[in-house]
Amino acid sequence: MLQSVTEPGTIGTAQLAAYRFMLRARLLDDKFAALYRAGKIHGGVFLGRGQEALSAAIGVSLNPSDVFAPLIRDAAGRLAFGETIIDAVRTYMGSALGPMRGRDGNVHRGNPQAGYLPMISHLGAMVSVVNGVLFARRMKGVTGIVGVACLGEGATSTGSFHEALNQAAVEKLPLVLVIANNQYAYSTPNDRQFACADLADKAAGYGVEPHSVAGNDFSACLEIVGRAVARARAGHGPQLVVASLLRLCGHGEHDDAGYIVPELKNSPLGRDCLKLAEDFLLKEKITDAAQLAVWRSEAIREIEDAVAQVQREPTPDPFAENWTALATENLAEGRE
Amino acid sequence: MSITYLEAIREAQAHALRDDPRVFIYGQDVGAFGGAFKATKNLAKEFPGRVFDAPISEDAMVGLAVGAAIEGMRPIVEMQFADFSTVGFNQVVNQAATLFWRTQVSCPITVRLPFGGTSGSGPFHSQCIEAIYAHYPGIVVLTPATVEDAYSMLLAAVATNDPVIFCEHKFLYYHLKAEKLPSEALPIGKARIAREGRDLTIVTYSAMVHEALAAATELATEGWEIEVVDLRSVKPLDTDTVVASVARTGRLLCVGEAWPWGGVTAEVIARVSAESYGLLDAPPQRLNAKDTPVPYHPNLWAAHRPTARSVAAAARKLLRF
Repeated sequence: MLQSVTEPGTIGTAQLAAYRFMLRARLLDDKFAALYRAGKIHGGVFLGRGQEALSAAIGVSLNPSDVFAPLIRDAAGRLAFGETIIDAVRTYMGSALGPMRGRDGNVHRGNPQAGYLPMISHLGAMVSVVNGVLFARRMKGVTGIVGVACLGEGATSTGSFHEALNQAAVEKLPLVLVIANNQYAYSTPNDRQFACADLADKAAGYGVEPHSVAGNDFSACLEIVGRAVARARAGHGPQLVVASLLRLCGHGEHDDAGYIVPELKNSPLGRDCLKLAEDFLLKEKITDAAQLAVWRSEAIREIEDAVAQVQREPTPDPFAENWTALATENLAEGRE
Repeated sequence: MSITYLEAIREAQAHALRDDPRVFIYGQDVGAFGGAFKATKNLAKEFPGRVFDAPISEDAMVGLAVGAAIEGMRPIVEMQFADFSTVGFNQVVNQAATLFWRTQVSCPITVRLPFGGTSGSGPFHSQCIEAIYAHYPGIVVLTPATVEDAYSMLLAAVATNDPVIFCEHKFLYYHLKAEKLPSEALPIGKARIAREGRDLTIVTYSAMVHEALAAATELATEGWEIEVVDLRSVKPLDTDTVVASVARTGRLLCVGEAWPWGGVTAEVIARVSAESYGLLDAPPQRLNAKDTPVPYHPNLWAAHRPTARSVAAAARKLLRF
């Protein structure tokens, strides 16, 4: 079932790269969960457990000049797109030195001018923003780029999803819309979310190309996401990727996910993508257990160093804060 | 030569497209057709590749504009009617309005809202919704009342490094004319004394400026000198000019075509009461549309919104206090 997607001579290179982002994301998420339980994080913690293969495949398929709008379970893709572990930690812990400076937190982070768009919480809302970046770049004559927007299956029920996918199709933009169908939108199961047989069927209605993939199979994700990205990059218009998987955690760490039925947990969907990836890498002798252990300990050390550093960084100071929501300061109201 | 309020809006967009390659226009029917009101007439032809028809997707229209702004463009989005902008409301107030504050990346988009009542337009083509946008931080809300302001404030809006909701009044589109376009203008955020007076201040904006001026003319025949303040922008709100006027007259009447609850008139009265209570010789009053949807029939519509007659009546009552 699992196959190497790379050319002979570079066997496993893509898998190894993706695996290491998956591993780092999993360990980073584990740390956030621990910090949450220790009361060291303000607000919620949202993990990507079970979705790392898909997310990492997206990140490694993109170039730094591309556009990426991740969602809440995309720690792996974020790292692969170039986010540093320390900036992720800074955002979760509210460091004044982080990209969001304590003004926004947890998964709401990014660097817009680097094409790394910071999500707002309204699902589907980032897709048309990706369209806009792609649209503007086309006006400026920039070619050969793609934009990926990540959504869950729940977001396919929104008007924003519909408007933006249709818009991308009308404009023939190089958009890759990746749906992580993790079977539950918070607690709502798929049979209360949509009634079509397969979300990929929606592609035909928009005139975009469909792709389906087993979301916990990292080789398949690399192949299928890579293909969709290549199709968009080559000018074939928007691509809709639907990945089937299971969220292996609650919606957030406040949620015990007691609503996930055992049948799903025990089905192929419930298999852990990270474990599957490790088994594959070992079975194919792409790497060995000793190397995996080294990478794991290196990642843990990097994460622990980051947390230790961020805990000593300044937090935002309400008295030093510039309470201005406008770039044009003289038009702002309520300034002291 | 004379130029209408609508033509001024078209000319401002032509000017912006000509002067700044980052500007483009995106909206329903704005391309070859020239827009539902012809505010973009011939612009697609004059500026190829800069004026784009959008699908009927207000949410995605604003979202696309935000993405383009991140890329350094200066999009102008035309909502066909202000009423329909509620479909794109989320992208304005949650996406555009928070971007700079969250990321320090500015979001220079201008969203044009043809707004306000015209006879026979009914509940969904007449609304005045400036206050709901002004409620959110991170947005500038402009409400030009004159041909000159329609032109200069739209140019200023496009030049502003923030999201601007540009409320252009449909009733003024064809009725209002000027001899020529202005070469200079008051900056955004400054109110204008539209008529000087000593007995009572009417603070208003957009089409209601003209109702207030007509009321002032009527009251002048009775010996009253009414001062009319045209806010021009409802956010930021030029409290200084309003308070200075109240200091001269001692009486305040706020007039808005929008619904009363939590609106611009309430905000003005709250500020004047809080900041300059001692200047008032009478309780501040306001006059708004009735708290119902905007009616279709002209008989009902004329009674629903403030008019020169009802403004004059409200002023007389306040002057007798």
